[in-house]
Amino acid sequence: MDVPSSIHVSLRGVTKAFDSRLGRTEALGPIDIDLRRGEFFAVVGPSGCGKSTLLDIIAGLAPPSAGNVTFEGQPIGTGVPDGVGVVFQENACFPWLNVADNIVFGLRRQAVDSAEIERRLQYALQLMGLNEFARAFPSQLSGGMRQRVCIARTLVMQPRLILLDEPFGALDQQTRLLMGDELLRIWRATGATVLLITHALDEAAMLADRVAVMSARPGRILEVIETRWPRDRDSEIVSAPEFGPITARLWKLLRTQSMYALRPETI
Amino acid sequence: MRVVLYRLLAVLLPVVVLEILCRDRIILPLTLPPPSLIVQGLWSLLKSGTFNSAILKTLTNVGLAIALAVTVGTAVGAALHRMPVLRALLEPLFSTYYAIPIYAFYPLFIIVFGLGDAPQVTIGFMLAVVSMIVSTLAGLDSVPSVLGKTARVLQLGPVATIRSVTLPYAAPYVFTGVKLAVAYAFIGVIGAEFIMSNTGLGYEIRFAYDNLDNNVMYPLILLILLIAVAVNMSLDHWERVLRARRERS
Repeated sequence: MDVPSSIHVSLRGVTKAFDSRLGRTEALGPIDIDLRRGEFFAVVGPSGCGKSTLLDIIAGLAPPSAGNVTFEGQPIGTGVPDGVGVVFQENACFPWLNVADNIVFGLRRQAVDSAEIERRLQYALQLMGLNEFARAFPSQLSGGMRQRVCIARTLVMQPRLILLDEPFGALDQQTRLLMGDELLRIWRATGATVLLITHALDEAAMLADRVAVMSARPGRILEVIETRWPRDRDSEIVSAPEFGPITARLWKLLRTQSMYALRPETI
Repeated sequence: MRVVLYRLLAVLLPVVVLEILCRDRIILPLTLPPPSLIVQGLWSLLKSGTFNSAILKTLTNVGLAIALAVTVGTAVGAALHRMPVLRALLEPLFSTYYAIPIYAFYPLFIIVFGLGDAPQVTIGFMLAVVSMIVSTLAGLDSVPSVLGKTARVLQLGPVATIRSVTLPYAAPYVFTGVKLAVAYAFIGVIGAEFIMSNTGLGYEIRFAYDNLDNNVMYPLILLILLIAVAVNMSLDHWERVLRARRERS
């Protein structure tokens, strides 16, 4: 498949079906999307629409049932491609390692010399505000701090594509807004392409350059909305006059889908 | 500190009562010598070195049984965890395993392994290994799937994932298995020495019993008691160290 270099990730006709004793369940697709290099892309959709399955397919954690996925022009085979980082919703800290050892866990297993590891560790600790907690263990940290550790662990690998699977789903609203600001800072500082899966409309509207809205299962892309925010934005744009219409548009698209996901018989 | 005091009292008080009962000949010396004499007897036995080779023999065999059970048990547990069909087949066997009186097979072990140390080590190993397999399986079951995904994102292969992610996560469970394995290995080896052997602490206790030699029998029983308590206390200590950093403070 020929992909222009401005396209970082490309999905064509991607579907996912699960076989069970009750038969075949279509979970996703067909999906066609292109992520532009360096953009902040968000995907919102009703629960159970296959958002996380979509992320697993792009990450190379699960193969699609049909269709093609390319990352930097190369098809994604079995396994996570080099240059892809993933942050999950669940606490993925290693409880037996302190914060610093958690962050450099992946780096230590690669051919990176110790001075470089130390440099990247200090940078990540600084960026995520974890300096004072380098020797703390995950059990001593709050949920938000643990998620920072997981983000830092992803950042030190210097990914060119960062996939976030509802990373703030387990956090309270204030922490979510602040983590959103941090995410925007990281996005600008690293220049990476970011794909954020979320169920929070305001989060998608505030963070992303483009927001894809997915239908109820089997999840398909209903529409991709451009937010046209400046690159150096922060959570204060929630009070911008354009913010309301964007979330309203997202909700209008999602409302029927969410109702359908909850009570299919009423539609 | 008060707790430590109470615990000491809980041990010392019955010993003192026993001492008085023995000294007053309410309990006859042929049944049980006074505890103070048992301690003295143990001290002089250890000083004379008569039983050094027996002690060494038992501890070596127990150590061998533990080492074998821990390595084999962890490896088998990790392998079975990846083979759900075989696991489903074997799991009922594991749960009924400890209902089988393994000593019943002792004659068979002698035929297969001869009269040396092998039958003792085998019984210790066979008693200990299943607790190790079961704990390893339980530990690996407890690993959240997100950690497996994380390992894949960080480009770890299957062996590196087991070594660096799943086994460390399962460590507290595996450690419970080790504690059980240590206890079972002691029971297995010393029990086997009792029944049929010509060396080791179990044999010496049996020999002293046959000769009504209370001056040897009771000190050696005390020795086994002390070793078991010491080993268990140090394992408890390490378990606390292991758990302390992982639990919410």
